[in-house]
Amino acid sequence: MIKRKLFLKGYKSILKPDSPAIALACCFVAIGALLKNVGFNIQESVFSTMLIYALPGSLVMAESILIGASLLSIFIAVWFVNARLYPMAVSLFPLMMDENQPKWKYYLSCHFIAVSAWLIMKSNYEAIEKKDRVDFWIGIGTATWSVSILATALGFYLADYLNKDMLMGLAILNPIYFTCMMVGAMKTLQITLSVTLGAILGPVFYFFSPEWSILLGGLIAGSIAYFIGEKNVS
Amino acid sequence: MSVSVLLSIIVTSLATYLSRFLGVISSIKIKETSKIFRWFNCLAYATLAALIARTIIFPVGALSDASYLSRSIVVLLSLGIFFLTKKNFVYPTIFSAISMSIINNYF
Repeated sequence: MIKRKLFLKGYKSILKPDSPAIALACCFVAIGALLKNVGFNIQESVFSTMLIYALPGSLVMAESILIGASLLSIFIAVWFVNARLYPMAVSLFPLMMDENQPKWKYYLSCHFIAVSAWLIMKSNYEAIEKKDRVDFWIGIGTATWSVSILATALGFYLADYLNKDMLMGLAILNPIYFTCMMVGAMKTLQITLSVTLGAILGPVFYFFSPEWSILLGGLIAGSIAYFIGEKNVS
Repeated sequence: MSVSVLLSIIVTSLATYLSRFLGVISSIKIKETSKIFRWFNCLAYATLAALIARTIIFPVGALSDASYLSRSIVVLLSLGIFFLTKKNFVYPTIFSAISMSIINNYF
């Protein structure tokens, strides 16, 4: 089963002074308020964060419901928007794979892949033995997931008291926090180039294809950074 | 819960879980020291950077009501505070929320 000590160690990582808990909570407060304005009730709002747990996906779903989109178009739109989770999983789970750990831990805990939990794990995994990393990861994921669910409920109830300027302030928190985390992670040539080129190419491709801009920008920027980095090392 | 909302939530969660699950399946045969792992690491960082840049430059939701100028000022000032505070994540984050709420009224 899950090792309690490792789980708690992961869970407590959001209590650190520079943890993403505040930024994450503020974003889901904004989502909770948005879902109420779209017409969700409290159960639907909380349930959506529990099951989806990905901000862009929730935004796309809310917008799609507003315009009366079909279930198939919601599925495709959300899949495109959240396809970034695939490379995030592939760049994280090999660090945790251990033959002695049951597979269900990996299949269930992949639900916790989100920017905040991913960045926390990336900056802390080296301090944990490989065989224990998945339990540590489940702790981190459970913590960020709980914060998101509670914040969604809070946002739902605060919706009537939040004006436009306040919602705007809450909405900028997450991009700024993640920008700082990404800049802080720029310690190797490959990561520095990945972040810089991704930040340039993502918006550039938006002019050609808004739906594909993130994936195309990420694919091309990441590949260029990889090849330059590899060439530089060799 | 209304059926249409419930179905939308389930469909959205399945579409989201699919990418996560496929990522885990692919990870089983990838070693952390391999070249393909390093490539995916670059792809993940680049995709996240693209997502964040797009969120700031072409936002949806509440942030779309803020002008380009006010968003640019907040991002630049927040990054300035990030470096001034020796790469502390909390100060620029809190600063960004407060300054965004205020600056948007002037630009």
